[in-house]
Amino acid sequence: MSKEKKPTKPSLNKNTLKTAKRLLGYVTKTYKVQFIIVLICILVSSIATISVSLSLKFLLDDYIIPLIGQKSPDYTELYQALGILACIFLSGVIASFIYTRLMVVIGQGVLKRVRDEMFEHMQKLPIRYFDRNTNGSIMSLYTNDTDTLRQMINQSIPQVLMSALTIVVTFIAMLVLSPILTVLAVVMIRVMTAVARMVGGNSGKYFVRQQLDLASITGFVEERMTGQRVVKVFNHERISEEEFDQLNESLFVSSSKAHTFASIMGPVIGNMGNLQFVLTAVLGGALSVLGIGNITLGVMASYLQFTKSFTQPFMQIAQQFNSIIMALAGAERIFNMMDEEPEVDEGYVTLVNAKKDAQGNLTECKERTGLWAWKHPHQADGTVTYTELKGDVRFYDMTFGYTEDHMVLHDLTLYAKPGQKLAFVGSTGAGKTTITNLINRFYDVQDGKIRYDDININKIKKADLRRSLGIVLQDTHLFTGTIMENIRYGKLDATDEEVYKAAELAHADGFIRMLPKGYETRLSGDGEELSQGQRQLLAIARAAIADPPVLILDEATSSIDTRTESIVQKGMDNLMKGRTVFVIAHRLSTIRNSDAIMVLEHGRIIERGTHDELLSQKGTYYQLYTGNLELS
Amino acid sequence: MDKKLLRSVREYKKQSFLTPVLVAAEVFVEVLIPILMAKIIDVGIMNGDMAYIIKLGALLVLLAVVALFFGAKAGQLAAVASSGYAKNLRHDIFYKIQDFSFGNIDHFSTPGLVTRLTTDITNVQMAYMFTIRLLARAPIMIVMSLIMTVTISPAIAFMMLITIPVLGGLLIFIAKKAHPHFIKVFDEYDELNNVVQENVNAARVVKAYVREDHEVEKFGKISGIVFRLFTKAEKIVAWNSPTMQFTMYIVVLAMVLIGGESIISGDMLTGELTSVIVYALQILTSLMMVSFVFVMIMIAEASTERINEVLDEVPEMEDKADAVTEVTNGDIEFEHVNFSYAGEGGNLSLKDVNLHIKSGQIVGIIGGTGSAKSTLVQLIPRLYDVTSGTVKVGGTDVRDYNLKALRDQVSVVLQKNVLFTGSIYENIRWGDETASDAEVERVCKLAQADGFIREFPNQYETMIVEGGNNVSGGQKQRLCIARALLKKPKILILDDSTSAVDTKTDALIRQAFREEIPDTTRIIIAQRVSSVEDADVIIVMDKGEISGIGTSEELLKTNAIYREVYESQMKGGKDSE
Repeated sequence: MSKEKKPTKPSLNKNTLKTAKRLLGYVTKTYKVQFIIVLICILVSSIATISVSLSLKFLLDDYIIPLIGQKSPDYTELYQALGILACIFLSGVIASFIYTRLMVVIGQGVLKRVRDEMFEHMQKLPIRYFDRNTNGSIMSLYTNDTDTLRQMINQSIPQVLMSALTIVVTFIAMLVLSPILTVLAVVMIRVMTAVARMVGGNSGKYFVRQQLDLASITGFVEERMTGQRVVKVFNHERISEEEFDQLNESLFVSSSKAHTFASIMGPVIGNMGNLQFVLTAVLGGALSVLGIGNITLGVMASYLQFTKSFTQPFMQIAQQFNSIIMALAGAERIFNMMDEEPEVDEGYVTLVNAKKDAQGNLTECKERTGLWAWKHPHQADGTVTYTELKGDVRFYDMTFGYTEDHMVLHDLTLYAKPGQKLAFVGSTGAGKTTITNLINRFYDVQDGKIRYDDININKIKKADLRRSLGIVLQDTHLFTGTIMENIRYGKLDATDEEVYKAAELAHADGFIRMLPKGYETRLSGDGEELSQGQRQLLAIARAAIADPPVLILDEATSSIDTRTESIVQKGMDNLMKGRTVFVIAHRLSTIRNSDAIMVLEHGRIIERGTHDELLSQKGTYYQLYTGNLELS
Repeated sequence: MDKKLLRSVREYKKQSFLTPVLVAAEVFVEVLIPILMAKIIDVGIMNGDMAYIIKLGALLVLLAVVALFFGAKAGQLAAVASSGYAKNLRHDIFYKIQDFSFGNIDHFSTPGLVTRLTTDITNVQMAYMFTIRLLARAPIMIVMSLIMTVTISPAIAFMMLITIPVLGGLLIFIAKKAHPHFIKVFDEYDELNNVVQENVNAARVVKAYVREDHEVEKFGKISGIVFRLFTKAEKIVAWNSPTMQFTMYIVVLAMVLIGGESIISGDMLTGELTSVIVYALQILTSLMMVSFVFVMIMIAEASTERINEVLDEVPEMEDKADAVTEVTNGDIEFEHVNFSYAGEGGNLSLKDVNLHIKSGQIVGIIGGTGSAKSTLVQLIPRLYDVTSGTVKVGGTDVRDYNLKALRDQVSVVLQKNVLFTGSIYENIRWGDETASDAEVERVCKLAQADGFIREFPNQYETMIVEGGNNVSGGQKQRLCIARALLKKPKILILDDSTSAVDTKTDALIRQAFREEIPDTTRIIIAQRVSSVEDADVIIVMDKGEISGIGTSEELLKTNAIYREVYESQMKGGKDSE
């Protein structure tokens, strides 16, 4: 088994408390009123529950025992007392009805908010976050960890509140009944909590481990299921099974230990309650025999009832302990993700549609004109200048590496003049894709700078920067939904006609119409129903419909046959006439008509020029092109 | 609980049966405790008999210790049984998936399978644990408590006898009502996970199109539906506790009434009333437990159904009993092959394909996007079965081979390829677990991957991250080729596997093939004519049919499609001269 990065181990300390507070904040912030109502209702409901045993004393002492032996006992007072009791019970039922329903709404509402915020935050995270974390561990936040939260909010919180209130009310009642016997109860509470902490601590530890094991198994399964076809091709089933068994076994161990400790908790606390009962009876008996503390038969009867109902809430809290620890560990992972630094964006230059007035000055306008301008507010004097978007991209002395110790690009300087088609050629790993990653700021350069229409791209708002760039990425990703929706992804308000046009331009219209449901064909799981080439065509259509000012094609046609490719290319050339296009391709035929071709090697540009210029230089490009050179 | 699923309990049967037995023992003891308690109150305290109190007290403590022992042991067994059951289920599902053919895999989505292996199994595990722990406890508790109640007050016992089915019925009614809603919730959950997964996978696309808000909105919509459905389902379940409390209070009131009268008339002692109430509460709590377990089983049932979908899926391919285990040579034959992904009656992707490739030949396949090139070669290692006709390898129908044997000899580099978390060594060794470092390095040299691997700081020990995203597309392709070469197959198929590799490296790879593995049948699907130009045979595919077969020279004369592709790609070369 490969050494998979385990998520950071959560510890049960200050952080846990902080997490709990933060989680509670979700409840109290959004559902303040409801939560107060819940608290009141829980109070009423627990009073009603307690009054079952509490009332017994009064009923016995004041209404029943006095009647014993009477010839024709008068039940009126007993009935009245029962009537009052019935009212208390009824309000208890109503309260419990209200709070269980409210808790459902609060619990689910909080979950929805946590999920939504988690997803929203994830969208803001830089690409590096996705590089650093496995898909499985990110998925696990939304599934396993959120599930434990659900359990905690729906079951544990009301249970604990209810139990805590019951304990307080019972304790007060016991105190009133017999302060002396209550001393014994206090001692027992100390013993019980100590035992609960011991058992619970152990189970908590294993529950946390169980969640971690579950996360690793999720990660493993996610990766293997994605690559299941490769597994089949390599007859790797048995080995996958062995690796899975190992993970499965360790999950079994942690899970069975966690649940063992959790299951033991109930009997332990419950029987300690029995012990307490005996001790109380012995002590109470002795006291009443000796006549100390004014203990009557009725007092003893109800006090002993209380002793029984006193341990029950402890048992319940103890049983919830595990799911709370588990949920808090999950919550901590969720919050860790929410606390990840979002993509930094200090840009303030925005992209606007523009038109030229009579004097030839640029003004901002709402409608699409095919003319774009950078809106550049100057903080110093409060003025705003508009710069036409031309697609002039320049790199100055750029050095970059994905990690500190391994530079991919070195001192790169290049320029794309407006309207040019610029191509990058070079062996795989020469840094071509990296360049595009830097233009749209998926990553930020360590050294050097990039200027876009003479504006430092760090000053441009990322969203606007990316909106100005249409990109077809090397790895094609489609989304669940119809083909229509997938193409429309490039321009959400596009009409059906526009979608058809884009598809025609990308030469995808033909095969789409051949599908039984045409444009309404539903794609699932990254469009696995389509061939690689067809998926690329859709990705191109998606970019084409956006009609971007600058276009970057990163191996966009690598799986498309050359005939189709040349048709697509003509279409794209027409679309992008007068706009800047960056092309990365291995097939030299794709880039022949580029205005400038950069030959990259090991992160440096070794040749640049037009096709003809480069051929006449008789350098690397020439040799590549003529196939005479088998590059090293 | 689903019978079929329960078969997976296997070696944990002992624990599963012992748990209820121990629970029963625990309950027997537990039921005795209130009697002792009542005696202590009524006899001991009433008479101020300390010796009696201590005697019964000691007995009670003893019983408590026994109950604790049984209870704790039962808890431990239940934990082991349920975790073990979950382990076996996960094992069965995962192993089942390993037996899936490509066609089977197409039926399930990755997130769907992941949820089944995690959340769904956890649900079943919890339901199982509570079932074996509580379902034994509840009936025994109810019966025992009833018997005890009868000995004290037949009237109250009669009342309880009526209450139990009424309350039980109500609780089950509530659980049944909620069930369909829970099923809907879980379907919606899948949807939610799917959006998350797509967004994690396609984070770059979302960012490049600045569609973060769009995705957030999409997610919000589904999470809104989950919220609504879940709230609805749980609101139904929320009827449980007020219903239960209502019943409980009525019972208590009635008991005080009946019991009070009995006490007054001298038929009952005060301590007995206390005990009767304790028994009544125990009965009601047991019913509550039953309904709690019932809800859990209901939720788990939705999961059970989903798990069964996987377990019930019939693997489309199974080895015959007398399957051929040796592939004699790299001969390939297609006879009147029709193929549809949808099976019989579906849209034909391949139409009446006839083909003969001789062992050791180099075959190029070329054709437009969607012309079924990949489909054609996927039939050779029997990734899919033909809809009609026959595919033969080494003169034997592929369906007669042992699958493992066939696929060991027919190595495919898939177009959509995947590397796995692990070092480069580990990844390449997928081809042959026993290969030495030197062998791994040799195939990497052949695939022209050795060069860039050596440039990594950790060389062959470089860790590949999930999905292989820390190497470039071209590097990934070459690693995948190396991995396939390590198998030393009789037939090697490259499905557009050098598309991200530059022409020169591509040429080097082909040259290495020619020199190092001349006897292997090599099938190369490519877009570049240069990649297939020097092949022994070139197949031109068009819309699922073979449009032409021959050498490059022959096809230039006879095949219009080939000529057009050739000219469009070679024109550049000629211009420059």
